[in-house]
Amino acid sequence: MADLTTNFVGIESPNPFWLASAPPTDKEYNVRRAFEAGWGGVVWKTLGSEGPPVVNVNGPRYGVVYGADRRVLGLNNIELITDRPLEVNLEEMARVKADFPDRALIASIMVPCEEAAWKAILPRVAETGADGIELNFGCPHGMSERGMGSAVGQVPEYIEMVTRWCKTYYDKPVIVKLTPNITDIRKPAAAARNGGADAVSLINTINSITSVDLDRMCPEPTIDGKGSHGGYCGPAVKPIALSMVSEIARAEATRGLPISGIGGVTTWRDAAEYMALGCGNVQVCTAAMTYGFRIVEEMKRGLSAWMDEKGYARTSDFVGMAVPNVTDWQYLNLNYVTKARIDPEACIQCGRCYAACEDTSHQAIAMKPGRVFEVIDAECVACNLCVDVCPVENCISMVELAPGETDPRTGKVVEEAYANWTQHPNNPMAVKAAE
Amino acid sequence: MTDTLTPGIVAGRLSAKEIAANFADLHAPLDPHEAAVAADRCYFCYDAPCVTACPTDIDIPLFIRQIATGQAEAAGHTIFEQNILGGMCARVCPTEDLCEGACVREMAEGKPVEIGRLQRYATDAVMARQDHPFSRAAATGKRIAVVGAGPAGLSCAHGLARRGHDVVVYEAKAKPGGLNEFGIAAYKSTDDFAQAEVAWLMQIGGIEMRHGCALGRDVALAELEADYDAVFLGIGLGDVNALDVAGATREGVGDAVGFIADLRQAADLTALPVGRNVVVIGGGMTAIDAAVQSKLLGAETVTVAYRRGQDRMGASRYEQDLATSKGVRILCNVSPVAIHGNGAAVEIELEYTREAGTDLTGTGETIRLPADQVFRAIGQTLAPPDGIARAGTKLSVSGPGRTTRDKVWAGGDCTPGDDLTVVAVAEGRDAAADIHAVLMGDAG
Repeated sequence: MADLTTNFVGIESPNPFWLASAPPTDKEYNVRRAFEAGWGGVVWKTLGSEGPPVVNVNGPRYGVVYGADRRVLGLNNIELITDRPLEVNLEEMARVKADFPDRALIASIMVPCEEAAWKAILPRVAETGADGIELNFGCPHGMSERGMGSAVGQVPEYIEMVTRWCKTYYDKPVIVKLTPNITDIRKPAAAARNGGADAVSLINTINSITSVDLDRMCPEPTIDGKGSHGGYCGPAVKPIALSMVSEIARAEATRGLPISGIGGVTTWRDAAEYMALGCGNVQVCTAAMTYGFRIVEEMKRGLSAWMDEKGYARTSDFVGMAVPNVTDWQYLNLNYVTKARIDPEACIQCGRCYAACEDTSHQAIAMKPGRVFEVIDAECVACNLCVDVCPVENCISMVELAPGETDPRTGKVVEEAYANWTQHPNNPMAVKAAE
Repeated sequence: MTDTLTPGIVAGRLSAKEIAANFADLHAPLDPHEAAVAADRCYFCYDAPCVTACPTDIDIPLFIRQIATGQAEAAGHTIFEQNILGGMCARVCPTEDLCEGACVREMAEGKPVEIGRLQRYATDAVMARQDHPFSRAAATGKRIAVVGAGPAGLSCAHGLARRGHDVVVYEAKAKPGGLNEFGIAAYKSTDDFAQAEVAWLMQIGGIEMRHGCALGRDVALAELEADYDAVFLGIGLGDVNALDVAGATREGVGDAVGFIADLRQAADLTALPVGRNVVVIGGGMTAIDAAVQSKLLGAETVTVAYRRGQDRMGASRYEQDLATSKGVRILCNVSPVAIHGNGAAVEIELEYTREAGTDLTGTGETIRLPADQVFRAIGQTLAPPDGIARAGTKLSVSGPGRTTRDKVWAGGDCTPGDDLTVVAVAEGRDAAADIHAVLMGDAG
């Protein structure tokens, strides 16, 4: 049996599945249920400064994007940070941590961008026995209008400054949670590292309007006829998050910085993918909000079974293994030539590959009598669109041409040697370099 | 007390409650969520095989996509553009042999997209409001006689009326609908749907319905030709094939078509008599409909006796399975030899058969089954009007229903092709387009 125990910036947890700071972790009752269900850690719903807590809207907080059969593909929310008094949250955190000493308990914090505010709250959090803190520089709605959340996360200088305050006034791990609502995720990540952050976590939610009510002509979720952008999360955001994670994992300035992966983790496989791209653990929210806490059982069993199958004894055995294979486009091997192959036995004759290729790509699929679909090698650029739209898994595959074979499209013999754009004669920069 | 074991042909074998349950809608309508889930399964195939398989060429992927995007009524319009009786076809089409049989998901996983039920969902959405999606073109002044208010005649009449022609429909029976009204199992067309559909269709305007008017009896073809600019014959198959065996005239022996019609017209099914032991001779849809409904009325045993192998049965596999699921026994490779009894039928004697190619020979071995009621379902034949050339047993037509008489078109079961509602609708529709083209002077 694989060992799922993880040590993330010194914080031990029995498995790499943490609940992200969000509605599911807003109070003791939920968090106890989560730990009882087997979650490895919890990032408590974001705490604000002492004093009258924030208030939430009293209408819908969530909007949704559905796939087939009302499957939740994306969720957005306009909920703010905790709307319960700070003292109550701190007392509950202390109780839960005392009862679940083997689980990770992290306090998410969002207070104004003033040193005094951070200096005031950090000792209070430390007293709870929490294992670390996460700085919420990510929420894109509501709090950002007050100069917090993503308003901080979008300014690397503020990130560095606040992180430094935290490292000064708090002696346990500091995780900086990043907003994806920014052009280059490497900049805020580097700022966090410069400020002394022990890790970054990402992504927080994405600015979004899930839909428009066409009768009332207002965005969803709608409050009394008006809507405001919310933060988008769930399976739909995973590709965006994976890319951002990979950027941080391989950039010079941030390489080696521990990452907690967040964004649409729904199954063990999602988690394994994040971890392969360098995340020490993952945080989950939408999946739990959709299916309840019990889904962690599938995640744990699935990850464990896959690790056994692959021979990974512990998560650190595979964390980051895919990072070296993330590269820039310019370094992709232009001598790697593939052609689509349609397995006539598996084909169900829907013709989607044909429509996609004929209408929107390279006219490289022939439709023959009897609805037989065949790839025309002389036209196929190996774009993979047919594979992507085919409803039958493994019906269409991309087959590599061996070195020495001639590509009927280009008439060129496939070369064995790796060659990329930087070396290509069509690239003016390559010619200059050669001169 | 009468029950399933009561001998002879009697009414009231089952309670009203049991009858109501037995004859409820065979395919209950999809609710909106079910429809959304079912619609989502459609792959929106290129040059979709389901469309090719549909005799009326309904753009199935399009209408299903319209359902998926929350536009059920618009989906209904897409269907009605091609098939004005799309509501009935959704209920009675042998979809397993047509669209659903061709669905790529049938090939992929043996579970096609539920095209029939989705079509019903869409057409019901339009018809629920009795909203008619078409309006008539400007009047042309042309008058056309349509003989027969069955699927072919109704489809043709609507197509003509829509183009601005005035149509008079001559119907022998007291009600319109043809086999939709008289010839289909009750559980496929519940809540008097056939009549509701005709009423909805008639909203187009310009169609006059004359009931009790049979061709050759009440009105002559020559008369129609003289009085109208064109004539369309959708007269169906009037005659039932006879059963040529000893005892075929015994009491208790009847034709399945008449039984089904009686059943459809019965105000109270508990008052409709049925035998204790029913044997249906034949292997087509009519045989299955008669057999299943006999069972649902409370017959103790019902047997479909078919002279060839099961793979040759005219009824689809789905219909066969439906029958066996209701407790009907399908006995293949048996041919009736005699119906025994003393006045009324008591037993049927069947001889086993052997097939060699198309040849069918008796083995000499016989079996006797108790049978106080025997239904003939061995096909119907055309009672042809005079003066029109025939092709085999049916009216000879070329192109879109042109007969050998200049002003006369024909379609539906009286012309060659599969005897299906959907085929009749297509033929009536296409004849209407051709009649219009000819009358307006732009025919090729």
